[in-house]
Amino acid sequence: MAELNGMKIAEARDALRKGDVTSVELTEACLGAIEGAGALNAVVHKTPEIALEQARAADARIKAGDAPDMCGIPLGIKDLFCTKGVASQAASKILDGFKPEYESTVTRQLFDAGAVMLGKLNMDEFAMGSSNETSTYGNVVNPWRRGNDETALTPGGSSGGSASAVAADLCLAATGTDTGGSIRQPAAFTGITGIKPTYGRCSRWGIVAFASSLDQAGPMTKDVRDAAIMLEAMCGHDPMDSTSADLAVPDFEAMLTGDIKGKKIGIPREYHMEGMPDEIEALWAEGRRMLADAGAEIVDISLPHTKYALPAYYVIAPAEASSNLARYDGVRYGRRAQLAQGDGITEMYEKTRAEGFGAEVQRRVMIGTYVLSAGFYDAYYNRARKVRTLIKRDFEEVFAQGVDAILTPATPSAAFGLGEMKDADPVQMYLNDVFTVTVNLAGLPGISVPAGLDRQGLPLGLQLIGRPWEEGDLLNCAYALEQAAGFVSKPAKWW
Amino acid sequence: MSIDQGTAAKVAKLARIRVEEDDLPALAGEFNNILGFIEQLNEVDVEGVEPMVSVTPMRLKRRKDGVTDGGQQAKVLSNAPDAREGFFAVPKVVE
Repeated sequence: MAELNGMKIAEARDALRKGDVTSVELTEACLGAIEGAGALNAVVHKTPEIALEQARAADARIKAGDAPDMCGIPLGIKDLFCTKGVASQAASKILDGFKPEYESTVTRQLFDAGAVMLGKLNMDEFAMGSSNETSTYGNVVNPWRRGNDETALTPGGSSGGSASAVAADLCLAATGTDTGGSIRQPAAFTGITGIKPTYGRCSRWGIVAFASSLDQAGPMTKDVRDAAIMLEAMCGHDPMDSTSADLAVPDFEAMLTGDIKGKKIGIPREYHMEGMPDEIEALWAEGRRMLADAGAEIVDISLPHTKYALPAYYVIAPAEASSNLARYDGVRYGRRAQLAQGDGITEMYEKTRAEGFGAEVQRRVMIGTYVLSAGFYDAYYNRARKVRTLIKRDFEEVFAQGVDAILTPATPSAAFGLGEMKDADPVQMYLNDVFTVTVNLAGLPGISVPAGLDRQGLPLGLQLIGRPWEEGDLLNCAYALEQAAGFVSKPAKWW
Repeated sequence: MSIDQGTAAKVAKLARIRVEEDDLPALAGEFNNILGFIEQLNEVDVEGVEPMVSVTPMRLKRRKDGVTDGGQQAKVLSNAPDAREGFFAVPKVVE
């Protein structure tokens, strides 16, 4: 047996049921791995006592014989999820000391299924960032390195702590959230699998809101089978979220046959970006060949408004953020700035938000405020929402032509060095999400699958985009791609 | 559209974020960069296109208009930076 913390969900589930291992043993192995991985800065609030208590309960339940798949599986939870009585601060200083009195629906469902929480995971502040460099807890480090070069690399963002923790075997899997690519980009940078389901599949209740019309939670796992198992436990209708879909959740794992004969896979020509590294182009072509070899029909397609997705996103997401983040006022929760004699309520708001929000969050809140302000609402916000309609229409037309899934690169590059983008303007950083952001704007499911290494030895991912509510079919296509790609590399342990 | 320092200060005020006078030129510069990027949207013909309201066609569910929750004052106040006598406390609002 591999090291216990190196196990996948499916392996652990089967071993737990056979009695070959206990959840307490799995949990202790993960807690030990976390203790030794301070250099990655992935786990920011450790909860070993909760973990061991949950593990003991899971072992009893497994013994009793009716345990769900996730029972006894040790997980990391992104800091964006409110977890009852445990620090949940969205990696922001403004939520210093916040301990929710309630549990998010997604984590409640996971814990009800018997999953174990090892701790809270680092991320970009309020999920705003693509490199995990905006966190109040400091940067997360990618367990992968460029060969023998010791330069610290980004794990991507915003779910950077989740990606790093899963890739380094600190947990069996982790929760993530994705507003413009925050599950899929870090998954690609760390050689793991990450799926963002259809908008409305996972309840957003109790997840700190960034851009409510785009945010979705999803699993970050070591392979596609694990993604299917964990996603099923996370989704389902929730009356507490009015946008949660009242649809039955299929048995996603049972849909993994690997048979994609006759499936129509679209290759969008607009995703050939200028300046994209040859290795990404080559990997994409390789993915196309692999799916064709597996019996899929490959068709070239056009998604003409692709180019406008990022600019539309950088109107809509900040607009929604400026509204969502208005609640951080230093009154109801979190941290209030020290006030001077005679300061009134306006000074309290302004000082609290200036001290509590980092630079990127401030920038986005103010951009959002601007595009929603009188006189600019039509020119920016309404125009962006119209373009969003067109972006979604592009996908609808392709699906109407019988396309089952769309294959694209997951990211325009491999993981870059922490600090390398420090002097670049914010727009350069935003380009990281160029292939993933369309999927959020159109509300579709998208999955990133590790498919190869670049010549420096860093993982690269491919993205598959599915039809709305067809996560099962999408996971099966991803499973076929995973089998063909045969990606098994792991980062060499240096931490 | 170009944002000057005055506009940057106004936006910061609207967003209730204190920005020091000295930082306004840099902030205005960043805004202009980002807005320059967003300006690309003007190339798109959006004549007759409806702005998106909901990404998935869905009807919001209705429920009975009844009290389903409440009586949790201590929990509501438990995370407040300053709570007194069962209320949130803030600096003086009215003179």
